[in-house]
Amino acid sequence: MNEVQKSPFLGLWFLGVTLILLLALLPNGYFLDIAIRMAINAIIIIMLNLLIGFAGQISLGHAAFFGIGAYSSAILPAHFGWPSALALVFGALFSGVLALILARLIFRFKGHYLAMVTLGLGIIVSVILTNETAWTGGPDGMAVQDLDLLGHKLPGDRSWLGLTGFLLILCVWGTINLMESPFGRALRALHGSETAAAAAGVDLARYKMAVFALSAVPTSIMGSLTAHYVGFVTPNLAGFTHSIEMLTMVVLGGMASIYGSVLGAVLLTALPQLLATLDGWETVALGAILVITMIFLPKGIVPTLTVYLGKHSR
Amino acid sequence: MLAPFLQYLISGITVGMVYAFSALGFSLIYNASGVVNFAQGEFIMLGGMLAVFFSKAGLPFPAAAVLAIVIPTLLGMMIERLTIARAKNAEILSLIIITIGISLVLRGLTQIFMGKAVHALAPISDSRPIHLAGAVMHSQSPWVLGFTVTVMAMLWYFFRHSLSGKKILATSCNRSAAQLMGINTQWVMTFSYAMAAALGSLAGVLITPITMTSYDVGIMLGLKGFIGAVVGGMGSGMGAIAGGLIVGIAESLGAGYISSAYKDAMAFLLIFVILFLRPRGLFGAKATDRV
Amino acid sequence: MNLLEVRNLSKSFGGIQAVHNVSFAISPGQIYSVIGPNGAGKTTLFNLITGIYLPTAGEIFLNGSKIDGQPPHRLAGLGISRTFQNLQIFMNMSAIENVMVGAHLRLDRNILKASLRLPALRRRDKILREEAAELMAFVGLEACVTQAADSLAYGALKRLEIARALASKPRLLFLDEPAAGLNPAETQGVQELMQKVAAAGITVVLVEHDMKLVMNLSNRILVLDYGKKLTEGTAEEVCRNPDVIAAYLGVHG
Repeated sequence: MNEVQKSPFLGLWFLGVTLILLLALLPNGYFLDIAIRMAINAIIIIMLNLLIGFAGQISLGHAAFFGIGAYSSAILPAHFGWPSALALVFGALFSGVLALILARLIFRFKGHYLAMVTLGLGIIVSVILTNETAWTGGPDGMAVQDLDLLGHKLPGDRSWLGLTGFLLILCVWGTINLMESPFGRALRALHGSETAAAAAGVDLARYKMAVFALSAVPTSIMGSLTAHYVGFVTPNLAGFTHSIEMLTMVVLGGMASIYGSVLGAVLLTALPQLLATLDGWETVALGAILVITMIFLPKGIVPTLTVYLGKHSR
Repeated sequence: MLAPFLQYLISGITVGMVYAFSALGFSLIYNASGVVNFAQGEFIMLGGMLAVFFSKAGLPFPAAAVLAIVIPTLLGMMIERLTIARAKNAEILSLIIITIGISLVLRGLTQIFMGKAVHALAPISDSRPIHLAGAVMHSQSPWVLGFTVTVMAMLWYFFRHSLSGKKILATSCNRSAAQLMGINTQWVMTFSYAMAAALGSLAGVLITPITMTSYDVGIMLGLKGFIGAVVGGMGSGMGAIAGGLIVGIAESLGAGYISSAYKDAMAFLLIFVILFLRPRGLFGAKATDRV
Repeated sequence: MNLLEVRNLSKSFGGIQAVHNVSFAISPGQIYSVIGPNGAGKTTLFNLITGIYLPTAGEIFLNGSKIDGQPPHRLAGLGISRTFQNLQIFMNMSAIENVMVGAHLRLDRNILKASLRLPALRRRDKILREEAAELMAFVGLEACVTQAADSLAYGALKRLEIARALASKPRLLFLDEPAAGLNPAETQGVQELMQKVAAAGITVVLVEHDMKLVMNLSNRILVLDYGKKLTEGTAEEVCRNPDVIAAYLGVHG
C-alpha cells in the first residue's frame, strides 16, 4: 500500500452499492447473465492474483481447478446420486489437495519450470475430461442438475446474481484483511526475495502450498457454481484458452491489486461475449491485450492509475 | 515383437526431431534473454501452414519452402524489435506473458486467414512408404533426419568456431560483461529470435507431410519442445536436442504400448518424473544465486 | 557455554573447496569478525551457518544443539538473523513492512483469523507496526518510515536490512559486509550502530573488508584464506600475525 493511506474498504462500499443497484435495476436476460459471469470471474481472479501478483508465482493451468469443480458437480450427482452441495465440497477439497501436493512437489521450481508444470496440469485435466467419455460425456460435454442447497433451489437468475455478488463482497473483504496481515506480508515477501523471506522465518514450501491451495479452492467452487448456473459443462472449461483468459484478467486489471482483479474480470468477461462468433478475433484480441498491457502498463491498469493519480494529486 | 517396437521408435525419432528443433529454439532465446518464448510453437505452425499456402498458390516446393522459412524468420525479428526490445527492464514474468500474447495473435490471425481446416503437404520424395526390418517408415522421415543432422552440425560449428556464435554465447553468460566487451547485445537478441524462428519454421516445413498441419498445432509442438528443453536442461543446446528426442520417443512408445488417447499427457508425465529426479534437467548447469 | 560452535566445517562446490575444515567458537555478547581476502570463503561460511548451503562435512552447534542442515526459516526461529552482501530488500513493499516481515515468527500467522479481521490479530499488528517504527529510528531511518522501499538510497537500504534482521529479536546477528559501498561518514554510522546492537545484548558476527571498522569493533577476529582458517584471536594478535600480513599484502621476498 502506498503512503496515502486511504482506506481500502472505500472501494468495497462502492462495489457493494453497485451490486445492489445492478440487482435491483438490471432487466432479466443478457445483461444479468453477463453480470453473474463477471462476479464469478472476479472471485476467481482475485484469488489467482494472490498467487501470481502478490506471491509472484505463476499458473498457466488454473482452469484445471475450474474444470474439476465443474465436472465434480456434473458427474457426482448424475452418476452417483450425490447431493449437489456435497459434490461442490468434494470438488473443492479435491482441488485443494491437488494444489497442495503439486505445490509441495514443485515449490523449489521457479519461473518457467513452474509455468510448465501448471500448464501440464491444465493439459492433463483437459485430456482426461475429453477422453473419459463414459463419465464425462467426452468433447460434447454433459448436462448438470440444478443446484440444490438443503432442499432449496435458486429461483431465477436474479438470485444467482445475489449469491455470486454476496460471495464477491465476502471475497474482497476477506482478501483485503488477509493482505494486511502477517500472512499477506509474508506472501509479498516471497515475491520480493525468497532468500530474505526464508531468513526472516517464512517457510517457503508451506507458504507456496498455502497460496496455491488458497487460489485453487475458490476457483473450483466457482467452477461448480458455473456448472449449475449454465446447466451444462464441456472440457474446454478446463482448457488452455480458459487458463490464458484468467491470466489475462490478472495482468490487465493489475497484479497484486484486489480491485484490479475485479476490473480485469469485468473488462474481459464482456470480451468473449462480444466476440462470440468471431473465434479467431477473440484469440487475437486476447493476445494483443496481453502484449500491449505488458509493454505500456506493466503493472496493469489499477496500479498504474494509482501511481499516476498519486503523483498528480500533489 | 521387434517390428512394432521399431515402428514406434522410428516414428518417435522422427517427431522427436521436430521437438528437438522446437527445444533448440527455446534454448536459444532463453540463453540470449532468460525468456521462455511461448510463441516458439507458432513458428513451427507457420512453417507448415505457409508451405501449404504457397504450394496451393502454385509455387514449386523449393520456393514455397524457402518462403515458409524466410517469412517467419522476418516475423520473428520484427516481433522481437517491436515487443521484447520495447519492454526493456520488465520482469521475466512480464516478458513471458508478452510471448504468450504473441503466440495468441499469430494463432488467431492464422485461424482468421486460413481457417480451422487441417491441411496436407506433399512429401519431398514420392509418397511410397519405406520398409525397414519389418517396420514401415514415411518417405519423409529420412529427409527429416538428414536435414536435422545437417542443421545441427552447422549450428555446432557456428557456436564453436564463428565469432557471431561466440558473441551469442558470451551474451548468454553475462549480458553486462558482453556489452562492455563491445558486443551489440541488442543484435544478439534479435538474431536469436530470428534463428529460433528459422529453426522452428524449417521443422514445420519438414514434418507437415507426415503429420499434416492446422492453425492450432503450435500449442502442442511448442509445449513439447519446451518440455524437451527443460528435460535436457534449459539453455543447453545438446540438452535441447536430446530432450526433444526423448520426448518424441517416450510419447511414441507410450502411445503405442499404453494409450494413444493420452499421448499428449505422456510427455508431461515424463517431465514430472525427470524433473523430480534431476531438477536441473539432464544436461542442465547448476546455477547458484549469489547472496 | 559457547553460543555458536563450528567444528571442522567444509563445503565444496564440484571440484572447488570453498570452505575447508574450519573450526571456531563464539561466546555470547561478543562482536566477532570474519576477515580474509576476496574469495576466502567468508560469505560461504555465513551461508553455511545460516542454512542456505548444506555442509559437505562438519558440524554447527547453537547453544550446544546441532543446527547444521536446518533450513533458514527454522534457524530464524532459533534466534539467528542476517543481512546480505547483495541487498535482499523486499522492493515491492514499503520500508516499514520490510521490517515487519522480520518479526514474522513473533506474530499470529493464522489465515482464517486474518481474513476475518479478528481484533486480537489487528491489535498485535498495530503494536508490531509501532515496534517496527522504533527499530527504524534505532537504525537512524525515522524519516523513512512510510516510504516505499524502492525509493530509498543504498545506504538507507543497508540500514533497513539491519532493522529487519533485528525485528526478530535475534540472539545472533550475522552481517555480511555492512559497510560495503558506504563512504567514511556512513561507515562511522554503521560502527556506532553495531556498538548499539551489541550493547543491547545481541551477539554480532561480521564479515567485513574495512579494516579500521573491524579493528575498532571486534572482540575477536577469524581470518580465512582460500577457505581455510589462517588464525583466530584478538585484534592485536591478528594484526601482528605474519601469515595474515602475508595473505593480505603478499610475502616480501
